[in-house]
Amino acid sequence: MIWLLFKTFFLTGLVSFGGGYAIIPVIEAEVVKNGWMTTQKFTDIVAIAGMSPGPIATNTAIFTGYQVSGLTGAAVSAFAMVLPSLLLVLIVAMFFYKFHHSRIVQSAFYGLRPVVIALIVFAAVKFALSNGMIGTFSMHTLSLVGIFAVSLYSLIKRNTHPAYVILMAGLVGMAFYS
Amino acid sequence: MKLLFQIFMIFFKLSPITFGGGYAMIPVIEREVVEKKHWLKQEEVTDLFALSGSIPGAIAINSAAFIGYRIAGVLGAIAATIGVMIPTFFIIVMLSIFYLFFSDHPKVEAAFEGIRPAVVALIVFAAYKMRKGAVVDKTTFAAAGCALVMLLVLRLHPVLVISAGAVSGIFLIGIQDRLGIETKIDDHEQQLDYFMGADI
Repeated sequence: MIWLLFKTFFLTGLVSFGGGYAIIPVIEAEVVKNGWMTTQKFTDIVAIAGMSPGPIATNTAIFTGYQVSGLTGAAVSAFAMVLPSLLLVLIVAMFFYKFHHSRIVQSAFYGLRPVVIALIVFAAVKFALSNGMIGTFSMHTLSLVGIFAVSLYSLIKRNTHPAYVILMAGLVGMAFYS
Repeated sequence: MKLLFQIFMIFFKLSPITFGGGYAMIPVIEREVVEKKHWLKQEEVTDLFALSGSIPGAIAINSAAFIGYRIAGVLGAIAATIGVMIPTFFIIVMLSIFYLFFSDHPKVEAAFEGIRPAVVALIVFAAYKMRKGAVVDKTTFAAAGCALVMLLVLRLHPVLVISAGAVSGIFLIGIQDRLGIETKIDDHEQQLDYFMGADI
């Protein structure tokens, strides 16, 4: 199990282009495939990871590791996620200092950036589906879509801090859904 | 050894304040590394952050490793990485323990019921912020569409789609160069801040 965690997050770390939310579908695919968590529980973890300091993808990995096999799992996941970054940074720092100016790297990123957007949209659609925001119609669905709309509005138009948005949504949830 | 410890402490102290992404670290790092300690020049730090965006992984971790390496070589990179990881690691472990204990509590369940759609909004917002840097022309617009179909309809593994993106980027720019078409990568050197790590 520990080896599986290491392998999963090492691979994830290696392809974490775009970081943050773009890498969430990669982790989610592995988490569901290995039967570690349901997508819904995984959404909760992403929410907590997003509210905490530190990189969202790394936080999510640590969280998943802890849920799967305690402190050792968390430590292994963190290590596995950071190792590829550290190795690549050292290689680039030693040999290719002008790496990001190279045309081939820039071309690769020209193709990678739209994929990152697609990955993020994909993450949003998947989470919306698993949380019953799309597909059914009821007062409950409507209220979830309402929270989504107000959250998005305050993020885009009001520049509200993401942590504050999550906090408010949590309070609204507590008031209406219990 | 003293130098390594100093590097470790700088990143250890600033790690807990990295809410809202690696780029939030830039001013703090500049103050510590450039103004107080005079280890690096201003331009070097800016360059290292740009470079951090071109490597997989979180900006916060990559830039810590780069800056550590520039100050004290391989050991410096390791000291900085450990420094930036330790505080967030323990914060997350503590939150995991809380989550395990309280996730079944009705009030907490209700709170998460409300939080889940907000998370979807956060994710959409991340895509919204990156759109200008990523979808720069018709080709990239089509690429984003293709990638989405591959993920949603064909259900390909994300890693596969990421690799396809990088390869097709190299391929497409190659073709455009051959045909003598001016490409968009020539004029968008400094759009990294809305892309890599904008939200990590």
